[in-house]
Amino acid sequence: MIRTLVVRGLLIGLLAGFVAGTFAFVFGEPRVDAAIALEEAAVAAEPEPAPASAGEAGHDHAGAAGHHHGEEAVVGRPVQKAGLFLAIGLYGLAVGGVFALVFAGLRGRFGPRGDGALALASAATAFVAVILVPFLKYPANPPAVGDPETINSRTALYVVMVIVGLAAVAVAVATARRVTAGPWQRRVAAGVAFLVPVVAAWLLLPTVDEVPEGFPASLLWNFRLASLGTQLVFWTAFGVLFGWVGDRVAGRSALSPAPSSG
Amino acid sequence: MSDISAPSAVPLPHLRPWLLLAVPVLLLVVYLVLMDNGAVSQTGTFLHELMHDGRHLLGVPCH
Repeated sequence: MIRTLVVRGLLIGLLAGFVAGTFAFVFGEPRVDAAIALEEAAVAAEPEPAPASAGEAGHDHAGAAGHHHGEEAVVGRPVQKAGLFLAIGLYGLAVGGVFALVFAGLRGRFGPRGDGALALASAATAFVAVILVPFLKYPANPPAVGDPETINSRTALYVVMVIVGLAAVAVAVATARRVTAGPWQRRVAAGVAFLVPVVAAWLLLPTVDEVPEGFPASLLWNFRLASLGTQLVFWTAFGVLFGWVGDRVAGRSALSPAPSSG
Repeated sequence: MSDISAPSAVPLPHLRPWLLLAVPVLLLVVYLVLMDNGAVSQTGTFLHELMHDGRHLLGVPCH
């Protein structure tokens, strides 16, 4: 039973990853290319370091940027574009497996009864908790935005926001179970219990704003929209497919008296 | 509450080995795809660069 769910989660995750990867390729890649072009133009316009310091510092000028997108890059742009599908596919595979195990734990304990409804509700909750909550505090950035020196602290803060989102869901569910007054009281209590820790984290955690002076606002907006859209496409495709397959399998086993080998 | 039969819950002891073994492996994959910059994969910047576009468009911090 658990193994069936996990295999289903892995395969549907891979498929949803491919769908989201296609969306990202069409709507996101043009913005990544535009941002890299701006980054390279900025590097080209930078004055060469003074000859005196160049000698003693070993002339590691390009290394100071910590990152290459040009022809001397470790991985070229065409490979990075193929890597987009690899990355989102692997992400979908792994996230799908984790989702299936969480789903197995929730079923019969929390949330809606049918497999389809539970899959949709869980996928929507996961999107809000793991994607939307961190995004609203630390939105996605295109290449050329972000200081390589601060990557570790920014990654840690991002992970903290993911944990806050998940913890807020747990608090909301626990709160909703304690409220017996009525459905609306329960919904409002769950909403408040979710928002209090999330808003507190939004207010208390440090702000990160490393958008360079003069970076086009429209490009930043379009990139962030494409990034959020990629995740929305992934979680929608995943929730719908996982729920659909779950309901179909449940319906088939309910109709046939003997369990079929297929 | 008893009019519709609720789907039977998977017993927690059945779930435990999966949570202890599969989840860490799956989360390691997520970490390697989204966040590793050579510390775990020991590939220098190769993994970062290969996953580069995916990291940007999945919305995680990337340089």
